[in-house]
Amino acid sequence: MSPRWVPSKGAGGKSTGVEGAGGGDGDRLPARRPTGRRLPGRRLLARHPLARFLLRRTATAVLLALGVTLVTFILTNLVPGDPAAANLGQRAIGDPAIVAQFRHHYGLDKPLPVQYVTYLGNLLHGDLGESQQSHQPVSTDLSTAVPATLELAGAAIVVSLIVGVAFGVVAALRRDRFTDQLLRVVSLLGVSVPTFWLALLAFYVFFYRLGWAPGSGRLDPGMTAPPDVTGLYTVDAALAGQWPVFWSAAGHLALPALVLTAYTVGLLTRFTRSAVLEVLNQDYVRAARAKGLPGRTVLFQYVLRAALVPVITVAGLAFGALLSGTVLVESIFAWPGLGAYAYRSATTLDLPAVMGVGLVVGLVYLTVNLAVDVLYGVIDPRVRVQ
Amino acid sequence: MKRSLEGAAKESPEGVVKRGLLRWLPPAWRRPLAVTGGLVAVFWLVIVVAAPLLAPHDPLAQNLPRLASPGAGHWFGTDELGRDVLSRVLYGARVSIPLALLLVAMSLLVGGVLGACAGFFGRWVDETVMRIADLVFAFPTVILAMVVAAALGASLQNAVLAVLVVSWPSYARVTRGLVMGLRNREFVLSGRLLGFSAWRSLRVDILPNVLGPLLVLATLDIGTATLLLSGLSFLGLGAKPPTAEWGAMVADGTQQFDKWWIGVFPGLAILTVVLAFNFLGDTLRDALDPGTARTIGAEKERVA
Repeated sequence: MSPRWVPSKGAGGKSTGVEGAGGGDGDRLPARRPTGRRLPGRRLLARHPLARFLLRRTATAVLLALGVTLVTFILTNLVPGDPAAANLGQRAIGDPAIVAQFRHHYGLDKPLPVQYVTYLGNLLHGDLGESQQSHQPVSTDLSTAVPATLELAGAAIVVSLIVGVAFGVVAALRRDRFTDQLLRVVSLLGVSVPTFWLALLAFYVFFYRLGWAPGSGRLDPGMTAPPDVTGLYTVDAALAGQWPVFWSAAGHLALPALVLTAYTVGLLTRFTRSAVLEVLNQDYVRAARAKGLPGRTVLFQYVLRAALVPVITVAGLAFGALLSGTVLVESIFAWPGLGAYAYRSATTLDLPAVMGVGLVVGLVYLTVNLAVDVLYGVIDPRVRVQ
Repeated sequence: MKRSLEGAAKESPEGVVKRGLLRWLPPAWRRPLAVTGGLVAVFWLVIVVAAPLLAPHDPLAQNLPRLASPGAGHWFGTDELGRDVLSRVLYGARVSIPLALLLVAMSLLVGGVLGACAGFFGRWVDETVMRIADLVFAFPTVILAMVVAAALGASLQNAVLAVLVVSWPSYARVTRGLVMGLRNREFVLSGRLLGFSAWRSLRVDILPNVLGPLLVLATLDIGTATLLLSGLSFLGLGAKPPTAEWGAMVADGTQQFDKWWIGVFPGLAILTVVLAFNFLGDTLRDALDPGTARTIGAEKERVA
């Protein structure tokens, strides 16, 4: 996948076919555009391959989002489970009138295509439907769950990038020595450990035994959330200058975030190591060494910059892995995030909620991938002129 | 794996060993990681076969003192229903490991066939298969698997299906790429010109050339499959309660925070199995990947 944006060097009006080695994208610009009616937007697109790239990616994103809703819709409908049975109590299910009313309220009595089109129509107005479980609009539920998870996953990815890249570089520089072997075992351990088990273990040791970590949730009991700006408690508390709240939020964040990093650190270490090794063998690195540049300069300005391209790709993948990990970690730390919400709505076949989660997650994924592709060009000029 | 076992029997510190069976072991397999991985994997396979002989108690019998800490008679302690944790861990191997192997074989088959068709026929077949794969990739694995498992209803069988749904696309992608690289090579074209059917071409000319990389992927995937399956069971979307399944046992452990042994031992079992297969997969990749071999060669040259 990963179509890269490949601006041509002299992107003027007479832009030639600029799609380089990507292969198979198939929307080349003709050598000369018919000059009849010129829309300003079209000129912008012809001149700025980045704009064109972004537009194409957005179109793909919309299609993919549609696909995501369709898949979740089909999945949750063509199955033995019955939302009414999953959401109504034992006694209510015995009463046909209540069941009928439930179905009518959520539109479940209409034919499936009608249900789907209605959903899409509402979606265009930003209406994600009403959760059958919480009886709130799904968007309201998501607006509290998403920031909670982003705070967790964001903290984890930052830590993983720092630690993982450092480990990978050290492993590559000390190739086949003891440090390298050790880091190899550490990174394999990281990708092999079951997250949910590590979370349980961490909770037992650091909360129950040692008492270093605060308990579950996002804040100490009795503390009120900081004024809502970003939804990230640490950031909001810092903005409002409520330092006790900040420390409480940070303390609660630390353990689950660290548990989540195990997998991503392992992943990033391995990829950074092989990426750095690849670059270390390049002629220009040898040349830089040979002409006597200090080791640090070679490492940071010659090696790392080139090695970061594959690492960034993996970081994008790692972020997806983090979102997966949150499902398991949030359930142990009682973190009121997207993972916990997804779990609750999936097990109760809460259709609007599941589709909402699918949409949000799909969008996060697409955004991350887009950011990764754009970063390619920023980090590595070769990608741009390829 | 068998080879590494035989090598492992004679393993002593690296470098010293130049005699015996190890000599005909390929160099990559003489490394400590490979030997450890092989040994642990074999250890678990033995347990899969011999669990009834090794387990001191019936894994489902609730006849021991409840929540007893590890000690004589029940080395891994007992759980809240008075079942022996050790026996349950041993029997759990019979659930998790065969299912993980089956799952990987199924993903390999489904993903391989779809990917090969996409790569070989191109056009709309390619478009359809790869767009579906993209769609699956747009979801984090656990969340999609969870939705599928919840929709199908909680059972081990459905958990396997759910993981299959999320795991085939990576095989499809790899196979497609490999097949696309091969389909216009002379030896494939000559077969086609001789009148081979597409099926025969795929089977005779292409299959032997894609099997190696796919097997590496599959070995590396056994660990992932085990993690996903046990994760689903942990969430209550896989094995049903009395079944001794590792993920479900860790979930039992979360109900009794202070009784660490209920969750710790099954989790360790998952960790060692996954680790062993990851060690093996890693070695296999190094052994089969000419790219790595080349860099190793170049590096040696440079150092020397």
